Amino acid sequence: MKIKTEAGERHVLAVTVDNEAGILAKITGLFSARGYNIESLTVADISADHALSRITIVTSGPPAVIDQIIAQLDRLVPVHKVTDLTDQGAHVEREIALVKVAGTGDKRIEALRMADVFRAKVVDTTLSSFIFEITGTSDKVDRFIALMRECGLVEVGRTGVVAIGRGSEAL
Amino acid sequence: MTEMSGADMVVQALVDLGVDTVFGYPGGAVLPIYDALYKHPTIKHILVRHEQAATHAAEGYARSTGKPGVVLVTSGPGATNAVTGITDALLDSIPMVVLTGQVPTTLIGTDAFQECDTVGITRHCTKHNYLVMDPDRLGPIIHEAFHIATHGRPGPVVIDIPKNVQVATGTYTVPGIIEHKSYRPQVEPDADAIDAAIDLIAAAERPVFYTGGGVINAGPDASAALRQFVSLTGAPITSTLMGLGAFPADDPKWLGMLGMHGTFESNMAMNRADLIIAVGARFDDRVTGRLDAFAPEAKKIHIDIDRSSINKIVPVDLAVVGDAGRALDALIAAWQDKGLKARDYGEWWRRIDGWRATRCLDFPEAKEPQADIMPQRAVKALFDATRGRDPIITTEVGQHQMWAAQHFGFSAPNRWLTSGGLGTMGYGFPAAVGAQIAHPNRLVICIAGEASLQMNIQEMGTVSQYRLPVKIFILNNEWMGMVRQWQELTYESRYSNSYSDSLPDFVKLADAYGWTGLRIDTLGELEDGIRTMIETPGPVIVDCRVAKLANCFPMIPSGAAHTDMILQPNDIVGTMDDEAKALV
Ligand SMILES: Cc1ncc(C[n+]2csc(CCOP(=O)(O)OP(=O)(O)O)c2C)c(N)n1
Ligand SMILES: [Mg+2]
Repeated sequence: MKIKTEAGERHVLAVTVDNEAGILAKITGLFSARGYNIESLTVADISADHALSRITIVTSGPPAVIDQIIAQLDRLVPVHKVTDLTDQGAHVEREIALVKVAGTGDKRIEALRMADVFRAKVVDTTLSSFIFEITGTSDKVDRFIALMRECGLVEVGRTGVVAIGRGSEAL
Repeated sequence: MTEMSGADMVVQALVDLGVDTVFGYPGGAVLPIYDALYKHPTIKHILVRHEQAATHAAEGYARSTGKPGVVLVTSGPGATNAVTGITDALLDSIPMVVLTGQVPTTLIGTDAFQECDTVGITRHCTKHNYLVMDPDRLGPIIHEAFHIATHGRPGPVVIDIPKNVQVATGTYTVPGIIEHKSYRPQVEPDADAIDAAIDLIAAAERPVFYTGGGVINAGPDASAALRQFVSLTGAPITSTLMGLGAFPADDPKWLGMLGMHGTFESNMAMNRADLIIAVGARFDDRVTGRLDAFAPEAKKIHIDIDRSSINKIVPVDLAVVGDAGRALDALIAAWQDKGLKARDYGEWWRRIDGWRATRCLDFPEAKEPQADIMPQRAVKALFDATRGRDPIITTEVGQHQMWAAQHFGFSAPNRWLTSGGLGTMGYGFPAAVGAQIAHPNRLVICIAGEASLQMNIQEMGTVSQYRLPVKIFILNNEWMGMVRQWQELTYESRYSNSYSDSLPDFVKLADAYGWTGLRIDTLGELEDGIRTMIETPGPVIVDCRVAKLANCFPMIPSGAAHTDMILQPNDIVGTMDDEAKALV
């Protein structure tokens, strides 16, 4: 007997929660306990009094699973609101990566040229290394990192996705 | 607003919340609270013999009264021992508040003596939990915890209180009416959804009500509304294990329980229905059987207070989110407003009567006085002997539980206490203790298996201490019967570790604890034995020896369709493929 898994589509969820101890464990634990995917998860407090945090979760699953994820998140006591940005339509997604490249000569020049094409900023340099800061969709960041692998990539840090709906409406 | 110690605040909050009973066990990290409870004039503390039993007793108290059960245990092993009952309450939606002691805040995270990460351990087996770091927060948190445990879909809430927070002083504040900032379950059903439901029900030709524990949780008025609405529509009704008692078992519209050990008529009716009206039930795998064969011809209406229950397992045509009682009231009002009358379901009832004619709960038995007692007969005799006494019945987990569900007829809610979702052996006896504490003058009987009972048998001491007249009726088949049954079905009767070897002499055990012990060996002794049990004051344990190899039918094997019921032992085939074996 083999165990089967089902393919799904990518969704970006914005979840506002009480900024309290254990909330992140509650959310990530819900995903692991119920076998949902997390592709990325970011969290930071967003209100002037530090009472609320916004968690952006990129997940994937068939429509019924996405619906369950939203319902399960929504019933957690400290969760205020869950919004499926993918479902809602037009939204902006951004991610920041810090990309360290080491090397000298042609590779170093090539890295700098490509960073320029991707509008990555140099935020630190030595004679044999750069740290680039790149902002964009996960796709763009992925592509930049893939190219940097050819140019002496030694280290990457990524924030994961933050996202927000287009237009004047708020969540 | 008064300045007092954290421990005094805990007790004050319990008093203010109307708590009369706490089930618990002391230890270093809760000594301040125990001291505050010392000789308390209104709060009765019931000292159990194991913390798991405190949680099940609290469940029994809650399930039989509708009020939240309250538990008090120490840190570390006290808290971990409580985890099974907390999880049981989560799966069966039982309102419960568990207060756990914790090491002082200054020692948290240092692997201190009897430290465990209680909020971490219970994070996913509670509805919500708290670690209280500041005594000023104790009042609001305890009040909020009771609010959360009892509102929306009920469940267990843990409050972990470090010892220095119990000793320190602060101001006790009582929040007003709790308007929780994020937890606002929808109680009132949407009016359009109710209208749409009425249209579906009025148009159906083969409707079935499928109800669950949510109706019990919604209170006795919800059960009354269910009876009224079912009688207005004239439709047949079945229920889950957790929902038994919401609808009277002697009503002609009652089809019996559905699911794995449900009746043939209820499962067939679900399979052939054109409309299923699910009320406070959650399409558990024990109920649905094989999903692609579940109620294939039916439109489905799902009324539930928990939106995450809707479309979780079975996609439905119409969702009504709200309290089961309010939804039923709204359905009754809408039905009457529209001047609707019960349809003539004549043809549907004729088909149902055909399924009923299989008499699926009948069982073979010898009738002479020396004969072995069939376990089903024992349950029926217990039911007959207690009619008119309005008993509260609890069960352990196994075949005896299913036989009790099949053969004991309930006609009112809050009288049937069983572990459905988690299926916890060791639940029934402590649950009976909790129910008896809540109802000192009622007849409370735990129908037990000899194996399950041993999981919390230490509570005999609790019963003796508080002079509780609990009756334990053991269907002693000397086997973990349900395990043996599955081994027969799935593993060609290789009985791996399912024999209850080295059983104690239960009658002598009764004696050791100052109970009355009885043994019933043959059919001829059954009725007298039961009568003696009922008429004997104080606690009684009955070791009722039953046919050892009886199996529980009907049965839908795991993962089979409702139409593939095994009705009789000789329908059994000896092996199963891996897909079937992989299912629980
Ligand atoms: C705590 C726990 N452990 C294991 C099981 C698995 N289990 C289900 S029924 C059963 C046997 C119960 O035997 P007994 O109490 O004698 O009841 P019977 O089936 O014989 O009526 C077992 C081991 C369980 N439900 N709960
Ligand atoms: Mg047994």
